Amino acid sequence: MKLLKLVPDDTNIDFVRLRGWAFGLTLLLSVLAVGVTFYKGLNFGVDFEGGLMIEERFAQKPDLDQVRAVVDAQGVGEAALQQFGDPRTITIRLPVQQGGDEGATNAAVKKIEAALAQRFPGAEFRRYSTVSGKVSGELIRNGLLAVVLAILGIGLFAIFRFEWQFGVSTIVAIVHDLLMTLGFFALTQFEFDLNIVAAVLTIIGYSINDKIVIDDRIRENMRRYRKMEMRDIINLSVNETLPRTVMTSVTILLALFALLFLGGHVLRGFTAAMILGIVVGTYSSIYVSSSLLISLGLRAEPEAADKARPANSVEGAERVGPRT
Amino acid sequence: MLDFPRWKVTAIWLVLAILVSLSIPSFLPERVTQGWPFTPPRINLGLDLAGGSYLLLEADTNDVAATRVEAMREQVQTEMRRQNPRIEIGEISSRNGQLSFLLRDPSQVDAARERLLSITGTGAGMTGQRQWDIQVVDSSRFVLTPTAAGLAQAVDTAMGDATEVVRRRIDELGTREPTIIRQGANRIVVQVPGLQDPQALKNLLGKTAKLEFKLVDTNADPAGLARGQAPAGSQVLPYPNNPSGIPFIAVKRSAIITGDMLADARQEFEPTTNAPQVSITFDSQGGRRFARVTQENVNRPFAIIIDNSVISAPNINEPILGGRASISGGFTTDSANQLAIALRSGKLPVDLKIVEESTVGPDLGADSIRAGILASAIAVALVVAFMLVTYGRFGVYANLAVVINVFVILGVLALINGTLTLPGIAGFVLTIGTAVDANVLINERIREERHRGRGVVQAVELGYKEASRTIFEANVTHAISGIIMFFLGSGPVKGFAVVLLIGIATSVFTAVLFTRMLVAGWLRRTKPKTINI
Repeated sequence: MKLLKLVPDDTNIDFVRLRGWAFGLTLLLSVLAVGVTFYKGLNFGVDFEGGLMIEERFAQKPDLDQVRAVVDAQGVGEAALQQFGDPRTITIRLPVQQGGDEGATNAAVKKIEAALAQRFPGAEFRRYSTVSGKVSGELIRNGLLAVVLAILGIGLFAIFRFEWQFGVSTIVAIVHDLLMTLGFFALTQFEFDLNIVAAVLTIIGYSINDKIVIDDRIRENMRRYRKMEMRDIINLSVNETLPRTVMTSVTILLALFALLFLGGHVLRGFTAAMILGIVVGTYSSIYVSSSLLISLGLRAEPEAADKARPANSVEGAERVGPRT
Repeated sequence: MLDFPRWKVTAIWLVLAILVSLSIPSFLPERVTQGWPFTPPRINLGLDLAGGSYLLLEADTNDVAATRVEAMREQVQTEMRRQNPRIEIGEISSRNGQLSFLLRDPSQVDAARERLLSITGTGAGMTGQRQWDIQVVDSSRFVLTPTAAGLAQAVDTAMGDATEVVRRRIDELGTREPTIIRQGANRIVVQVPGLQDPQALKNLLGKTAKLEFKLVDTNADPAGLARGQAPAGSQVLPYPNNPSGIPFIAVKRSAIITGDMLADARQEFEPTTNAPQVSITFDSQGGRRFARVTQENVNRPFAIIIDNSVISAPNINEPILGGRASISGGFTTDSANQLAIALRSGKLPVDLKIVEESTVGPDLGADSIRAGILASAIAVALVVAFMLVTYGRFGVYANLAVVINVFVILGVLALINGTLTLPGIAGFVLTIGTAVDANVLINERIREERHRGRGVVQAVELGYKEASRTIFEANVTHAISGIIMFFLGSGPVKGFAVVLLIGIATSVFTAVLFTRMLVAGWLRRTKPKTINI
């Protein structure tokens, strides 16, 4: 049986040659992502914004303006409507209710449900959630803390297990992946909620996974070919691991696309974030983090060579070999 | 590489068999496992899958502080009067969370301090710190200030009690498997799966259910009452259903009887009007006390107060001796029942506010489960097919590892009594994707080594050896982010992290050790000259 090979044997692509372009593109995209994030802002979910979210399913596709009119007539603040998943499902977002206690929120939910059920027969409540401003602040803090700690922890691990250049290049690549994800969410205005933080952390984990595999190969090749130029080592390593990188990315993407199309609408933003993260993470581990190692001045085992010298040797002193 | 001792093979199969069999009860409907002689471990479904309500309740710590000051005020008054000689004190004022009062006779300062020390904790408590600071200002004014340690301890105790009360109230609702957990210093998480009426739950938890019977102060002047003023020793309370029209009433400060002396509370119907009411039964001490006070105050009104609001203020027509009373006043059957439950389960030592809530309708949950299972099944099928066409026989081994891994994850999840949430399913799918990565690494290595011209056995051996190091490094970093998610994440993030962490551990086991055993067995049996990879 002939087996499938996505990547032919012995590829010899000069990834490092493109690194000037890659750095330029990466920088441009990162600046754009930051710009979009600041300009458009993220569409925070109730987890982070505080407020009230109701998901309602209608018997048939409702007219958004009519739904808005019904909700606005309840005097519960300005509603933001969004079609969610299938066309019959609408989420209604409302600001934190005046008075802030559960009484006000209950009353608002009740009023809206009753009014919608009356105006649109067959409308059915699916779920709602409400988060107070105080809790949402904590959730944001914890979310940020988790992301920062994850980056630091992983960076430290890379420094500890490899050399510092690997740690730095890895952190740069993760920050790049993060910025791209944020930019994506700002651009599409998908809701950014707690689930997305989980997705972001997973992207970090995955993209590290990818980089570690390449870094590991670079380190191995540095030991194997001591005389080789750094850029050749990196090219060789990336090419050697390319079949694996492509295989793994394809299998994970297969799984994620299954989830995107079949996993139900609640997870759609989550899955979209992960798919983007896999693509961006693969790009950054091939083009950004490994090429960056050259710019950071990684050399083939210079310390090992130093250590090979006797500890008590004096600079410039004549070395006396053992008598034979 | 090729020698896998028999004990090792047996051990691997045994571990996998145990973990896989642990996953089986979770697939069976509950009525099937009910008849079993033991309760098998099961995976719980999260609220997003099962439908239900999640509530985050928060206690107002200021409230605890205020209640504490109020309690101390009464304690001080009793203590000064209790022993001989009585120590005469002026009106106690509580301002800025401090209590202060003046001694009528400055020479009693030392005696007063002695008595205060006996009721404010001697510092030998759990924390070894004083609960209150006692200061004497201008030789005869005492100022009592609560210490931070004392307050923290009070909050802690109150929250412990509150959690217990919440649990009792939810149990009374008869819902299935509620989860009630204290979180942090002043929060309680309540999860009730499959709850149809979150409103009833919230109404029930929103009640402090502090019940008091107090005598009505009939001397209060209506004009003063309207301005919120009451005679000394009395207080003004809201009375929404007051027949006189003024929504306030003045009552004596000291309570005849409180909810602590309650033995039972039931919803009933008033025999003549058939209106819903709550009948309460006092314990023996409460019953005696109630009998004495009602005897002394025949033809005077007393107020039935719940959560500092007067429900009704009936006249005492005759002494009430049986230790039973009933509360009526505009109840519906539901509200009477809720009040009865709340009174039965005891009062909450603190007010609880709902700061976060989410309720998922059962239909959405069912839809999500269907979608999640479908997505997982398709994901597994796609990955399996892809691995098969890419690696042939080695793909079969990898696939066996993936499929077993699916059941092992479920088994471990059941074993730790974990909860599967929607993000958990996502973590699951992602794990399937990454579990394959380990085998991809190994198989690509074997391909490479074969390509370099190494013999079959040596290529396989090197493939596993070199790849294992990489797999280790990669999984440790992945686990770092998983652990951070687990500890910092709440709700969905945590559910995701649990599955991810289990998946990382089990996939290394199945992908590396298990496939290696299979490959080694095959190589030993057939001793192939060449392999198709």
